[in-house]
Amino acid sequence: MIQTENLTKQFKTTLAVDRLTLQVQEGEVFGFLGPNGAGKTTTVRMLTSLIGPTSGKAIVNGFEVGKQDTDIRRSVGILTETPGMYDNLSAQFNLEIYASLYEVKDPKGQIEKYLRMLGLWDRRNDEAGTFSKGMKQKLAIARSLLHEPRLLFLDEPTAALDPEGARLVRDFIEELRKQGRTIFLCTHNLDEADRLCDRIGVFKSRLLVVDAPARLRSQLFGRKVVFHLHAPAPGLAQTAQALPFVQEARLVDNKLLVTLEDPDLHNPEIIRALVGAGAEIQFVGELRRSLEDVYLQLVKAA
Amino acid sequence: MDKIKTILHKEWAEVFKNRMVLFATIFLPLMMTALPLIILYATAGAETGDFTSQMPKQFREFCPEGLTGGECFQYYIVSQFMIMFMMIPLIIPVNIAAYSVVGEKTTRSLEPLLATPITTAELLTGKNLAATIPAVIATWIGFAIFAVGAAIIAKSQALLGALLDPMWLLAIFLVGPLLAVLSVNFSLMVSSRVNDPRVAEQLSSVVILPLLALFVGQISGFILLSRSLVLIMAAVLLVIDLGLIYLSVQLFERETILTRWK
Repeated sequence: MIQTENLTKQFKTTLAVDRLTLQVQEGEVFGFLGPNGAGKTTTVRMLTSLIGPTSGKAIVNGFEVGKQDTDIRRSVGILTETPGMYDNLSAQFNLEIYASLYEVKDPKGQIEKYLRMLGLWDRRNDEAGTFSKGMKQKLAIARSLLHEPRLLFLDEPTAALDPEGARLVRDFIEELRKQGRTIFLCTHNLDEADRLCDRIGVFKSRLLVVDAPARLRSQLFGRKVVFHLHAPAPGLAQTAQALPFVQEARLVDNKLLVTLEDPDLHNPEIIRALVGAGAEIQFVGELRRSLEDVYLQLVKAA
Repeated sequence: MDKIKTILHKEWAEVFKNRMVLFATIFLPLMMTALPLIILYATAGAETGDFTSQMPKQFREFCPEGLTGGECFQYYIVSQFMIMFMMIPLIIPVNIAAYSVVGEKTTRSLEPLLATPITTAELLTGKNLAATIPAVIATWIGFAIFAVGAAIIAKSQALLGALLDPMWLLAIFLVGPLLAVLSVNFSLMVSSRVNDPRVAEQLSSVVILPLLALFVGQISGFILLSRSLVLIMAAVLLVIDLGLIYLSVQLFERETILTRWK
């Protein structure tokens, strides 16, 4: 769906995007994370043919950026950082404009479908300027979907929304994923990325890393398993540490913290070893690192 | 073509929802129409006899044949205000066109619009027509009202014939639209390059200066508007308009507009 090779954008003295090489597969929700000014919006603008690259190549939906720009714009949907609706026109008229520009075959039907789906049908005749931020965002989402694009770029879709509005938008993205659409999601909200994205790319002018959130956590921090013990005997940490697959084992109060490469595979064995050493295990859990930890570690290192 | 129509409808729906713009579009032509009619009516009593022979030679040359001295005086005064008609197609589009791109920048609606498969030529044609058509129609309606009013007020066919001389018809129906195109494209160019709607309107207003110069030139006697001068004006305007249309398309750089705007 998206394939870039050394995609670069230079604005006079600022290198906004530096040799971005990336692939996004069909049906994937790809999270594009990075601090403010990292070049995320510039990347989206290049991939939607709004601006041209300085060098490098990008293929979007089979069309090449810079050569088949109109085809790209016709085939993708974009939710820009701000909704950018015509405030003194009705919600329906706003969508009619875009349905016509995207040459939608059944504009009335499509407009009704998405306004109903997003709960705005009863407000269709109201001016967009009277809508709350969340409603405007939903209207903008409807606008980006009118022509049924298989690839959707969402630039900070829940920014500036209250928790309820953000939840609604997230649920809708989840719904779009179920429909098999490919979503390129720029977000600051790491919890959102963790929940929605199949893979994430951490970006700061250049791509720092790309992987599934869980795998990134595991690669950067390993996976920690916590054994809650009843009156732990001294030397239990050494027993665990002696096992070849254990990276680190520490006893803190009544908890034994063990870093493992693959807990799913090694937990039974370590439990057997601990029980054999006289440990009374109350329960076992995994200590999850947040995506925020992953993100901060990567961005700081960059 | 459908995309141009869409932009046209969108612009009109937005612009004419603003009552001040609607007021300006209606008020200006009405005022420009009323002024020469009031003057024509007020000066009707000035005719106290034929003093053509007492008039200076230069003034007699200005008068079409068959007018009495008083009618010549009326024709002279009203003619000065007729140039005002040509201000309508210059001023009205400034309101609409100067805001049209920078307005979309301020409301952040430009990026989603440019993300659609619309071409720059389609977008600018739609915006062009949206500002040009009301200006031209307002000018023509204003002149039609003037023509009807003059037919009622003018005391002789000779005076009416002079006021509705083909020179004025050329000026209104040929030069008028060309002036509107000039004003719109100049305003669009400014609107594409600035980031503040107020700056856009201020800079775009500069476009009326050449016509003001013509007005002053005619009043002071330096320029005498004639059929040939109107035709020369039309030819020059046509060349300028074509150049401005080319320039406004060239200066509408999507990338610069999007990335410069903060």
